[in-house]
Amino acid sequence: MAKKLKTSELVITRSIQFSGFSSILFVLMILYFLISEGTPALLDVPFSDLFSQRWYPIESYYGILPLILGSLVVTLGATLVAVPLGVLTAVYIAEIAPLWAREILKPLVELLAGLPSVVLGFLGILVLSPFLRDTFNLPTGLTALTGSILLGMIAIPTIVSISEDALKNVPETYRHGSLALGVTRWQTIWGVTLPAARSGILTAIMLGVGRTIGETMTVMMVTGNAPVMPASFNALFLPIRTMTATIASEMGEVAAGSPHYHVLFFIGMVLFIFTLIVNIIASNISFKQTKRSERILS
Amino acid sequence: MNKRFILQAGLFLLLTFVVMGCSSTNQSGTSQADEIASNSLQNKGSDTMVNLALYWAERYQGAHPEARISVTGGGSGTGISALISNTVDIANASRAIKDEEIEQANQNGVEPVEQIVARDAIAVIVNPQNPVQRLTLQQVSDIYTRRVSNWKELGGEDRPIVLLSRETNSGTHVYFLESVIRLGNDEDKTIFSAETLLLPSSEGIIAEVRENPNAIGYDGLGYITPEVKVIALAVEPGSEYIMPTIETVNNNRYPIARDLYIYTNGQPEGFVKTYIDWILSSEGQLIVEELGFVPVQP
Repeated sequence: MAKKLKTSELVITRSIQFSGFSSILFVLMILYFLISEGTPALLDVPFSDLFSQRWYPIESYYGILPLILGSLVVTLGATLVAVPLGVLTAVYIAEIAPLWAREILKPLVELLAGLPSVVLGFLGILVLSPFLRDTFNLPTGLTALTGSILLGMIAIPTIVSISEDALKNVPETYRHGSLALGVTRWQTIWGVTLPAARSGILTAIMLGVGRTIGETMTVMMVTGNAPVMPASFNALFLPIRTMTATIASEMGEVAAGSPHYHVLFFIGMVLFIFTLIVNIIASNISFKQTKRSERILS
Repeated sequence: MNKRFILQAGLFLLLTFVVMGCSSTNQSGTSQADEIASNSLQNKGSDTMVNLALYWAERYQGAHPEARISVTGGGSGTGISALISNTVDIANASRAIKDEEIEQANQNGVEPVEQIVARDAIAVIVNPQNPVQRLTLQQVSDIYTRRVSNWKELGGEDRPIVLLSRETNSGTHVYFLESVIRLGNDEDKTIFSAETLLLPSSEGIIAEVRENPNAIGYDGLGYITPEVKVIALAVEPGSEYIMPTIETVNNNRYPIARDLYIYTNGQPEGFVKTYIDWILSSEGQLIVEELGFVPVQP
């Protein structure tokens, strides 16, 4: 009896251990797959061609520069949209809103996070893109800006919920101390609470940005997918093509093992490096935060 | 300690093998099931033909309730890739299979067999507000290579031209590149302007042309709705301008019409043959006509 219990316990312990290790295992396997399929691109396509300015794979133009810059333009635009809106929403929910408003707003923002990106893309095609074309008198509404605004919507829930947690973690004594000095509520938020929660908010922003770089469906539907080199600030109002949309729309047709196939995986590697950098920055900031709070507590 | 680690590693390996074993038995299981169920087939490929294929499947299943036909789109290249990897019974394609695709198929032990099932005209479309009525093929080529970038150069209003195209995995894209942009000249290496918006679906093109007075697009005749304006085309400046209709396609007067194909692995047999024979029968060809395509002449 006791022996039987022991074996079942062993099985359970091992399976829990396996699930613990499995995520590391899967990441390593994915990384291995990406590298083994992506690096042959450097042999198939000369380095100078790979970083040239023309992407037209069916005629062997494999310049990924417009795709990288396209992703950067959309991500930058999305950051400009999401950061002010997201942080201010978090400030409102954490600092200003009465209890009932907070109880309505928080679940609503979380609902926004659950919106499928295809639905946002549809909204973009049918509502946002005609609106932007008419308002700014653009040649077409399928632009980087349309993508940025929708991606901003995707990043906002992440930014709001993490920033709000960071603001909540600021000790109540800070606010009381500040108010006791005769400072207004607004000055308290701007001068005390926000700076105290700064590292948490920065982490929130980086995680939100990380989500926007990898987002695919929405950008594929609304950015026009024209592989144009973004030349100036104007690029925000012109169509662009992102790395994610390129992989998604072309992976289905390529013959496995062809140069085009390897280049698509190479783009995947570039994308992976980008998100890795963003995540490293985010985790560095949050490590700093724990050190800071430890210092405060001690 | 070391022993324990070895035990864990062994367990990992064991689990991996179990998982791999499961997936491989699954695969052989489904292929067996396919052989047994002789009245089911998988049909995949050209987005131009997806509605046609769906109607065929629906009408056929209406008359033969025991039949199971599943239809998916994705583009001609996607369908042919699927045939090469032997995951579909019938691949739809709006372009002929390429030599290198036949080579890859042969390497996989697949022998593609071609059958023309319908004909399709490519209509060049603009917004109904656009006063331009007719163009020569040379003019269309100039538009898509950006040698002409404003509608006023073509007798229209002073508006920038926004170029719309399907993605590169589309058979329509390849056909348009070869017969319009390069005007059928094999030596010509001209390609689409980088500013061309590559939209993931035919509906996307119709939607943007319907909304945007700057836009020009092209699409299979079966997709054209009354909300967009079809342009009459002429082979060269002196010749007659022709609208795409069933008559002008059948008597070869409309300059950009093409055959629509289905490909099977080897000569069709059994249920696949029954189905293809039905498609080519007067009943199947009637559906071709109903959907705005052109029936193949017997």
